[in-house]
Amino acid sequence: MLTALLVMSFIALLLGAVLGFSALKFRVEGNPLVDKIDAILPQTQCGQCSFPGCKPYAMAIAAGEADINRCPPGGEEGIRKLADLLGMEFKPFGEDTAAQKPKSVAFIDENTCIGCTLCIQACPVDAISGAAKQMHTVVAAECTGCELCVAPCPVDCIIMIPLKETISTWKFQYPAPPDPASGLASSSDKITAMSGHSQ
Amino acid sequence: MRTLYHFNGGVHPPTHKAQSTQTPIMQAGLPSRLVVPLHQHAGNSAKPAVQVGDHVLKGQLFGMPEGSVSSAVHAPTSGTVTAIDMQVVAHPSGLPDLCVTLLPDGRDEWITRVSTDYLQTNPAELRQLLRLAGVVGLGGAVFPSDLKLRPGTQKIKALVLNGAECEPYITCDDMLMRERADEIVRGAEMMRHILEAGEVLIGIEDNKPAAIAAMRAAVSANSLNTMEVVVVPTIYPGGGAKQLIRVLTGIEVAAGVRSTDLGVQCFNVATAYSAHRAIEHGEPLISRIVTLTGNVQQAQNFEVLIGTPVNELVALAGAKADTNGYIMGGPMMGVPLPSDQVTVTKATNCIIASSPALFPPPPPSMPCIRCTRCVEVCPAELQPQDLYWFAKAKNFGKAQEFNLFDCIECGACSYMCPSNIPLVQYYRFAKSEIWANEREKDAANLARERHEYHLLRIEREKQEKAEKLAQKEKAAAAAKAAATTGTDAKTIEALRAQVREIARPASEHPKE
Repeated sequence: MLTALLVMSFIALLLGAVLGFSALKFRVEGNPLVDKIDAILPQTQCGQCSFPGCKPYAMAIAAGEADINRCPPGGEEGIRKLADLLGMEFKPFGEDTAAQKPKSVAFIDENTCIGCTLCIQACPVDAISGAAKQMHTVVAAECTGCELCVAPCPVDCIIMIPLKETISTWKFQYPAPPDPASGLASSSDKITAMSGHSQ
Repeated sequence: MRTLYHFNGGVHPPTHKAQSTQTPIMQAGLPSRLVVPLHQHAGNSAKPAVQVGDHVLKGQLFGMPEGSVSSAVHAPTSGTVTAIDMQVVAHPSGLPDLCVTLLPDGRDEWITRVSTDYLQTNPAELRQLLRLAGVVGLGGAVFPSDLKLRPGTQKIKALVLNGAECEPYITCDDMLMRERADEIVRGAEMMRHILEAGEVLIGIEDNKPAAIAAMRAAVSANSLNTMEVVVVPTIYPGGGAKQLIRVLTGIEVAAGVRSTDLGVQCFNVATAYSAHRAIEHGEPLISRIVTLTGNVQQAQNFEVLIGTPVNELVALAGAKADTNGYIMGGPMMGVPLPSDQVTVTKATNCIIASSPALFPPPPPSMPCIRCTRCVEVCPAELQPQDLYWFAKAKNFGKAQEFNLFDCIECGACSYMCPSNIPLVQYYRFAKSEIWANEREKDAANLARERHEYHLLRIEREKQEKAEKLAQKEKAAAAAKAAATTGTDAKTIEALRAQVREIARPASEHPKE
């Protein structure tokens, strides 16, 4: 009886020690769920979700303090991905959420710019270069289109320019049902299908 | 007799090749204007090297290669540059791209052309020469040839020269082999030299007896015993690079693997011809053979200057009245041109005038019944019906799992589909969506990184400021203490100076 008790408590102590040790040794820094949510968010750092950046919003979602439908730049696609990740139902944008806009980049009218550096301080991704009393300019490739630089500008010289589609960003459309009215082959597949039937 | 291998599937569409091989290659001549796109190759667009108003000579550089994957672009004739602007190019999107417009002066005056002795030049220099001569793959992929001529991890056993030309209607390689076999063979020998390849295998489909005879004659005339013309069976898409490599050598090139790492490389016959022109004659790639066929009076092959407008070109062949559009490439893989104002590029191997009679609108597509006829014909051994299912449902991750990117978009599946489903359209849609997602993801990662650095910087600045303030307070306290305990005036002065010193940089650098 005593031996059994001793053996059992020894095993319990040993396992407890192993568990305690691994809890310290293999400790996961931060919440992995936050990183997963953050990876889905578009990283515009625009604050339209009412949180100061994508990471804080991700933390709020992970803590259950924020809804998943508060990110306009992520679009409905983003909500869908978040819903998938968190095992929730898809939720359309609420009425209080900011409207979705086409992806744009900021542009500084360099003739009007007075070099006040306010926009440089507002930019969350350091995409504006310039110095005090020097002209500023936006590095378009790094601009996320968050619009945070627009409001602070005292001379209203920043405008948002929607990105135009170029050949390198152009996408093939989802195949539409064929239009019998147009005789012109609008895709190679139509042609392909045709040469098959004309043999 | 060489043992040939097989690839899975393949189809036998009607070839329609006879109509454009009746007459020899004709010179298309000088058009009224030439619009030369600066992005005619895979990789980065070339950087403009001329200015509006410049008078240029034939073969003068229009665009310098930019970055490692890029190629040069040249003036197709002598004349004046009238514009460097965005113009609609031969691309299914119908979107504009940067082009150089040249007004020919009619003199067709060459730059000084320098011939290079390839045996006396080291391969790296020859590769650079080909890069600056704008030599790219003329089979359709327009990948810079100099990059494909870089040796891989293995010694190249076989250099495959692709003269299969499996797609219906297209005969530009056939005619080039018939008429200029000698230069193709010499170009191939140069490529073999650069790659230090063991042998050259020229694969030609058995429906081109004239080309086979001409190439065989050229090989024996040049007494090249490392080169062999191999006749391969006619089957679509036997001219796909991977398929031809498989047929000739038995090697299967997996997705994402460089074929040079497997000891084999493949070039189109026209690319070998251009390489020869560039090395032996110092002529950059400024023209190519284009098949003009379909709904025209006289189907024929033309040697066309890059940048020639399609409408001026089809006028030479006489498009019939009911022509309702033009297809660039063949009927299986080609793309409809957005307008007849666009110009010929290095990728334009064929222009087919289409008409409702030639290509009537397809019957409506029916649901997929999973008959797997597409599986039987798929040369990449994919499951087209599953790829269709996932692409249709926009389930792109799953489509990638089923190796969507191994699809060569040959169209054999759509050709066979009894339900007339435009399968390749779905694959193209899925591929471009996946690419767009990846671009977005890259942009998001960059923004995340920059934002994190931004926060770090602000935190660091805050800390520095706090430290400075603490130091200042400490010094002030010390000065006060010294004054109250009656330390001599000298020490107080020293401490005051210290305080000023600490305070000074802060006042000189106001908050940015």
